[in-house]
Amino acid sequence: MISMRDKNLGTIRKLFLAIGGSAMVLNMYLIFMWVPTEKNLGIIQRIFYLHVPTAWVAFIAFFLVLIGSTGYLIKKSKLWDRLALASAEVGVLFTTVLIVTGVMWAKPVWGVWWNWDPRLTTSLILWLIYLAYLMLRSYAPSPEQGAKYAAILGIVGFLDVPIVYFSIKWWRTLHPQAVIGPGSTGELDSSMRLLLLISTAIFTILFVHLLTTRMSLRKMEERLEEANHIVS
Amino acid sequence: MKRSLVVVRTILWKDLLLELKSKDVIISIVSFAMLALVIFNFAFGSSSQLASLIAPGAIWVSITFAGVIGLNRLFVIEHDQGSIIGLLLTPVSRDSIYFGKMLSMFVFLTISEIILLPIYAILFNTSIIHPLFLLIVALGTIGFASLGTLFSAMAVNTRSREIMLPVMFLPIVMPILIGSVVASANILDGGGWSDASRGIHIIIVFDVLSLIVSPLLFEQIIQE
Repeated sequence: MISMRDKNLGTIRKLFLAIGGSAMVLNMYLIFMWVPTEKNLGIIQRIFYLHVPTAWVAFIAFFLVLIGSTGYLIKKSKLWDRLALASAEVGVLFTTVLIVTGVMWAKPVWGVWWNWDPRLTTSLILWLIYLAYLMLRSYAPSPEQGAKYAAILGIVGFLDVPIVYFSIKWWRTLHPQAVIGPGSTGELDSSMRLLLLISTAIFTILFVHLLTTRMSLRKMEERLEEANHIVS
Repeated sequence: MKRSLVVVRTILWKDLLLELKSKDVIISIVSFAMLALVIFNFAFGSSSQLASLIAPGAIWVSITFAGVIGLNRLFVIEHDQGSIIGLLLTPVSRDSIYFGKMLSMFVFLTISEIILLPIYAILFNTSIIHPLFLLIVALGTIGFASLGTLFSAMAVNTRSREIMLPVMFLPIVMPILIGSVVASANILDGGGWSDASRGIHIIIVFDVLSLIVSPLLFEQIIQE
C-alpha cells in the first residue's frame, strides 16, 4: 500500500524537479552565454561553474553519509540507512563528474591531464573509499549487516579524509586556491561570483532531488524484499 | 581493568600459540613481501642509485600489501570454526577482544618486519637501521594493526572477503603509507628529526584516532 504521505511526497518531488530542471536550463544559459570570458584562462574557464558546485555537492553528500551512518548505528532505523546509501550513491556520481570536469580543465590550463596535487589525489581517494562503500553493501551476508558495516565504513571514511588531505599537502599545490568563502582571496569578478553562487544553489537543488528520489526508491526496494521474504 | 588485561593477554597468547604451531600468518607476510620486492626490482631496474631512490616506497608498499594478506587471516579461525560465538558468550568486554586481536596482529607484523628489514637493507644496499626509522616502523605498525583489526572483522563476514578487505582498507590506510614513505625517504637521505617530523606527526594523529574509533565501532560489528 502506498500511503497518502508518500503520495504527497511524490507530488512535492515532481514540483521540485520542474523547478530545478528549468533552473538548470537557465544556469546553462548563464554559464555559456551570459557570464564574461575570463581573460587569462579563456573559454575553458567556464567549466569552473560546473566544477566547483559539483565539489560542493559531493562534500555535502559524503557529510550526509556520515550523519546517516551515525544515526543508523545509534537508532538502527532504516530511514538513516536510506539517507546514508542514497547520499553515498549520489556522492560517488558527483565525485565522478568532479574528476572528469577537473581533468578536462587541467589539460588546456596546466598542460597535463592529471597531477598528484593534494586536492586531486584526495578526490580520487575519496572516490575509491565510497566505491568500496557501495561494494561492501552488495557483498555483505545480509542487508542488515550490510547496512551496519557500511555505516562503519561511512564514519571511518569521512574521518579519514582530512588526514589524507593534510598528508598529501607536502607536495606543491598547483590547484587554484579558494576564491570564494572564508579565507578566500576574493579576486573573482562580481558577475562571476554571482553566477558561482547561483550555480551552486541550482546544483544543490539537483542533489536534493536525486537524494530524495533514491531514498524513496530504496524504500520500495525494502518493501519488495520484505514481500519476497513473506512469499518464500 | 586488571581483568580485561588478563582477557587481552589470553587472546593474544592463544593466537601466538596457534601461530607458533602453524606459522601461517608470518610466513605468508614475509614470503609475499619478498616476492613483491623482487617484482619491484624488475619494474624499476636495479642500478644502485635507483635503489636508494625507490627503497622507501618499495619497502612500504610491499609491507602494506603483505600486511593485508596477514589481516585476511586474522579472524578466519574465529569465523570458520565458529569460535567467535564462544568468545562472545563469555562474559568479557568487546574492547578486550578487540585489543587482544589487535595486539596479535601487531606482534605478527612486528616479527615479520624484524625478519624483512635486514633483508631489505642487504638487497637495497642501504643502512636502514636508524632509530628514527625504527620509530616510523613501530608507529606505522600500530596504526595498521588497529584499523586493520576493525576492517578484518568486517571483511571476514562478507562474500569474497579476500577482495573486500584490501578494497576497503587500502584507501583508508593511505595516510600511514604516505607518512611512512615520505618520512623514511627523508631519513634515508641523511635527514634528521626536523625533516621527518611532519610525516611522523601524521602517523601519530592517525594512530590516536584509530585507537579511539576502532574499539567503539568493533563493538557494533560483533554484536550479532
